[in-house]
Amino acid sequence: MEYAVSVKNISKSFDETKAVDDISFDVKHGELFGFIGPDGAGKTTLFRMLTTLLLPGSGSAVVDGFDIVKDYKKIRSSVGYMPGRFSLYQDLSVEENLKFFARVFGTTIEKNYDLIKDIYIMLEPFNKRRAGQLSGGMKQKLALSCALIHRPDVLFLDEPTTGVDPVSRNEFWEMLGKLKNEGITILVSTPYMDEASKCDRIALMQKGKILDIGFLRDIIGKYGKKIYAVRSDNMHKLILDIRSDENTESVYSFGDFLHYTDKHGGIDIERMKNILMSEGHTNLTIQEINPGIEDCFMSLMNK
Amino acid sequence: MRTILVILKKEFLQIFRNRAMIPLIFFMPIFQLLILSNAATYEIKNIKFNVVDLDQSHFSRELISKFTASNYFTLNEVSFSVENSEESFKKYEARLIIYIPKDFEKDFRTNGKSEVQFLINAEDGSAAGIINNYATNIVRQYNSEIITKSSIVPEKTALINVEFMNWYNPELDYKTYMVPGILVALVTMIGSFLSGMNIVKEKEIGTIEQLNVTPIKKYQFIIGKLMPFWFIGIGELIFGLTLGFFVFNVPLLGSPFLILLLASVYMFVVLGIGLLISTVTHTQQQAMFIAWFFMVLFMLMGGIFTPVESMPDWAQTIAYFNPVAQFNRAMRMIMLKGSQLKDVLPALYFFVIFSVVIMTLAVWRYRKSE
Repeated sequence: MEYAVSVKNISKSFDETKAVDDISFDVKHGELFGFIGPDGAGKTTLFRMLTTLLLPGSGSAVVDGFDIVKDYKKIRSSVGYMPGRFSLYQDLSVEENLKFFARVFGTTIEKNYDLIKDIYIMLEPFNKRRAGQLSGGMKQKLALSCALIHRPDVLFLDEPTTGVDPVSRNEFWEMLGKLKNEGITILVSTPYMDEASKCDRIALMQKGKILDIGFLRDIIGKYGKKIYAVRSDNMHKLILDIRSDENTESVYSFGDFLHYTDKHGGIDIERMKNILMSEGHTNLTIQEINPGIEDCFMSLMNK
Repeated sequence: MRTILVILKKEFLQIFRNRAMIPLIFFMPIFQLLILSNAATYEIKNIKFNVVDLDQSHFSRELISKFTASNYFTLNEVSFSVENSEESFKKYEARLIIYIPKDFEKDFRTNGKSEVQFLINAEDGSAAGIINNYATNIVRQYNSEIITKSSIVPEKTALINVEFMNWYNPELDYKTYMVPGILVALVTMIGSFLSGMNIVKEKEIGTIEQLNVTPIKKYQFIIGKLMPFWFIGIGELIFGLTLGFFVFNVPLLGSPFLILLLASVYMFVVLGIGLLISTVTHTQQQAMFIAWFFMVLFMLMGGIFTPVESMPDWAQTIAYFNPVAQFNRAMRMIMLKGSQLKDVLPALYFFVIFSVVIMTLAVWRYRKSE
């Protein structure tokens, strides 16, 4: 059993749409692996196949040493899954939810208390409260506790931080780091690019395919182009002007700046400034920057 | 087994936490028994009637006075043409017109035979039948009265006198007839509506996703989801029977255990229907509409409110395969007639076969829908 998760050429179509299109990857034991991509990239479909909720259209996968089709029953007792949508009983209390899932897996809260302790401590004051009346961050902690209660070998978290405030998001990633230290392999999906840096390795996904996979620094390292941040007083005119230039390879807005690359592997900043100023732009700044994961994603997407 | 118990415990927690559930379980039988068994009755009183008396004789006036003297009829108006009288049909003032032709008395005295005509508003067919019955009875009584009083020899002298006796419900008490039927409706609704909705709820809220990534097996899930309603249905029946027996004084001639035996198998039939509905729906609302549609059909054709015998042949054939009709009939047989196991054995066999078939179908559909 070399890998915790090993996927070979897996595909799944819904009618004409290819939700997951011929994906292969391996996740090592104890790794925190992130799937990053926008909505509709196929992350949820992939997770649903790996957690045996959905049969693959073609290809195969092994999770925790078990085939996802033949040994689905074994997988169900050895993995933990936290769906993107809150899927616990809203009319049961925090404690009742946790107890229910513990007993379904033939264990007790006490037996695995050390694993969920850090998370559960924050929940304990609300023990008697109905799950439906918890805040978003608390719901997420409860869902994670329930997914962990049977001490799974592999944990699948489908967009756990979507719709959660930034503070809770940070807390959540810290918790995942601790779980990783317990030896649990974690596969997590997220639409937030900035969360890539929290993962050991990442896979960038788009339209059912993996665009790139590896360590964050390697993916960024492969970028290999010079990228510039540009801004002026009239951002709308700026993007139209740059887009109409024949030397432009790509330009898109990113926060307060435009990120710009050219076709020749670098520009003369002063010369570009002059051109843009002659087109009537004021308060112009242009500077070379280090590419981020978003820039890699945009560039891979356009390939 | 342990897993099933875990699910059962969770289900009961959720069911009894549901705000709508407790009132539904305890007040529904009380209200249904109270209202339906008292309000809905086949007896009609104060039937307004019109008289068109062209004879104006001693006999005709006496006949009319028989009507007004009875509890059932109230005289609305007297006129001399049917056309005028019909107006009050349209206004819904009168429901019966008694037309007494000219020479009503004379014919009787000379020929020993005369005629009278009833015009009945039959918008409501069953009410018209009842009115007809009452009116005919009055005429028949009056008939024998004048035969004995006067020395007239009627056309036919040899008369076979028929005497009625209503067995098993001598006073034709509507409550006696309705309470078993309402109890049948009650357990049927619990078994199919509530169980179906309860399963679909897991799909609707998405909790099924989480459950499917646990070692819970499908059969454990199904049993865990259905059994609570089996218990609730049987509990409800015991509650309803007790209420019927002590509060409504409905006879319970047969064995209550025989009723429970039948009901315990019957519950599997309705639970199977509930499970089947849950496999073809995705929200509780959809499940409710579909269950409602079938239940209305089953109930209306189940002989609870209208007798199966009054349906056309094809409908009676369908009713034979209608579990509601079967259970309703068996309930009345046991409660009112004191029927024994051997009498209701066909119904019991039917439930066993039906429940096996519907459960197999439902479980098969359930597997496929995954």
